[in-house]
Amino acid sequence: MGNVPTAVKHCLSYEQLIQDYPWLKRLLLEEKNITGHEYPEFVRIVEVGPRDGLQNEKEIVPTGVKIQLIDMLSGTGLPVIEATSFVSSKWVPQMADHTDVLRGIHREPHVRYPVLTPNLQGFHDAVAAGATEVAVFGSASETFSKKNINCSIDESMLRFEEVIKAAKERQIPVRGYVSCALGCPYEGHIEPSKVSEVAKRLYEMGCYEISLGDTIGVGTPGSMFKMLQSVMAEVPTNALAVHCHDTYGQALPNILIALQMGVCVVDSAVAGLGGCPYAQGSSGNVSTEDVLYMLHGVGVETGVNLAKVLEAGDFICEALGRQTNSRVARARGRTL
Amino acid sequence: MAAVVRLVNRSALGSAMGQRYVAFSSAAKVNAAGLRAGRTLPDKVKIVEVGPRDGLQNEKTIVPTETKIHLIDMLSASGLSVIEATSFVSPKWVPQMADQVEVMKGIDRKPGVSYPVLTPNLKGFQAAVKAGASEVAIFGAASELFSKKNINCSVEESLQRFDEVVRMAKEAGVRVRGYVSCVLGCPYEGNVAPEKVAHVAKRLYSMGCYEISLGDTTGVGTPGSMSDMLEAVSREVPVNALAVHCHDTYGQALANILVALQMGISVIDSSVAGLGGCPYASGASGNVATEDVVYMLHGLGIQTGVDLSKLMDAGAFICRTLNRRTSSKVAQATCKL
Repeated sequence: MGNVPTAVKHCLSYEQLIQDYPWLKRLLLEEKNITGHEYPEFVRIVEVGPRDGLQNEKEIVPTGVKIQLIDMLSGTGLPVIEATSFVSSKWVPQMADHTDVLRGIHREPHVRYPVLTPNLQGFHDAVAAGATEVAVFGSASETFSKKNINCSIDESMLRFEEVIKAAKERQIPVRGYVSCALGCPYEGHIEPSKVSEVAKRLYEMGCYEISLGDTIGVGTPGSMFKMLQSVMAEVPTNALAVHCHDTYGQALPNILIALQMGVCVVDSAVAGLGGCPYAQGSSGNVSTEDVLYMLHGVGVETGVNLAKVLEAGDFICEALGRQTNSRVARARGRTL
Repeated sequence: MAAVVRLVNRSALGSAMGQRYVAFSSAAKVNAAGLRAGRTLPDKVKIVEVGPRDGLQNEKTIVPTETKIHLIDMLSASGLSVIEATSFVSPKWVPQMADQVEVMKGIDRKPGVSYPVLTPNLKGFQAAVKAGASEVAIFGAASELFSKKNINCSVEESLQRFDEVVRMAKEAGVRVRGYVSCVLGCPYEGNVAPEKVAHVAKRLYSMGCYEISLGDTTGVGTPGSMSDMLEAVSREVPVNALAVHCHDTYGQALANILVALQMGISVIDSSVAGLGGCPYASGASGNVATEDVVYMLHGLGIQTGVDLSKLMDAGAFICRTLNRRTSSKVAQATCKL
């Protein structure tokens, strides 16, 4: 339109059009489908029950039960199941049987079984046990980092760099976690910029995906939105995941807003396994069943069979002698 | 969670924790969280507290009148502007509400706070007015089967009954709120067409109800079905005359409320401590907990006028009396065991 006089351009402008024909605005907006939310077509669920969930359960679960749980989950369509953690059994007794678990599970084709590797030692043990994907855990809070893994954020990044380097040599993908993304039990409010700084570092180091964790579940759709806005400026949206805790009942609306912003990977735990170690008696991880119910309800595909997840949830709750945290699990089967 | 979990001095992270985060995150209004072109979230939301009526009605234990009165008085002190006090239904059907007159007369009516009561028919309406009610509520259903099973008549017949009540109420200068139940699904019929909901909502609104509360009676709704239903209803009833009444039976309530807010709804029904199980799913939760709703709204920068800690006090009180655990996750998280 290089040679068209300005006046004509103005006449053809959107603003002028809307001014002259107000009814047109509604038509154009409707076509853009603002009345319907845009959700991703497909959302990948990362099942963290066997690791994050069980790690926060008081009862030590026998190896056989862990293996059976993972095998049941493998049959549900879940594409990623976090199997165990190669951390010193001195610190996390629940995960002492990491090698036996990884070796004992049936590895379903098309399902990935990442394991936590906090340091190089853990990484080597994981590889020796057959791990094909690993995860490292950073924090957006200095105090949390110091109290949890006994070092500053910077020091932890150096550790992870070693792991990531070793992983790259073996073509093993690494997932990065950022905890305290929406608040810290010690520091309170966490600046979104701090989260994006840590997320960016992990991503640039070579993590293929960054899972942003609301570790104590204090986040709301308001803080989730602000945090994601900040992180999305540094890390591509398709490399992001959200890991919401339901301690304050906010997990599902937080996940919903993340989806509306384009995030398409969601972490959850079958039966909402794993309480919150910072709020005694409270819930922790969001339940996979409840997440699936919501996602399917908004037309998102997950490839996961909810009924089979419910079965796996029933199994582990019976083994643990505890009630499920999933509201869907509690409600179904009893409705008319 | 990090690989190593250390024991934490839990008492240092007690009840103030949740409040701190709410204070921080509500600092700026998150308009963009509306995420819908041309629509922002409401600045203010009115909470309609249904614990003393809908909540207690669905609790197994019969609650003494004094307790009900004390609960309502505590709720009045928390900043809530609407508290559904009781139901003028026959005690034969709902024994929990048999003390309707005593409750109505016994509560401390805080100025600026409304205390609507249910009135299923003319007789109930007259009894309510006599007991001092200045606002009433009527309950329609979007499902024929539910209507027949619940109030023994068809949807059309119930609307005719309500017509009488609304006319009398107009003459008496009493406001009427209309409820539509089963808006996102029915325990008997299954799926409920959004158009049916819109039809019933429109009838109630045209009759003279100032507000229509759309109830997901069995909590089966998701943000998808909520969105579809609200789209249909808002074509017939102005959105500022609509409210949502979500049940948390499938854990979807807050997500459904969020979507409703994004679509312009600014009135939310909820129940302190999530009182009231679901009569259609034994052991399951029912009403969404007011504490959890307020936590989310404040986190979005939306004003409610409610003091969350006073609200939690009321919740703690009623749960102690009922000898049951709160259904509110916020209350569970901030309570020191």
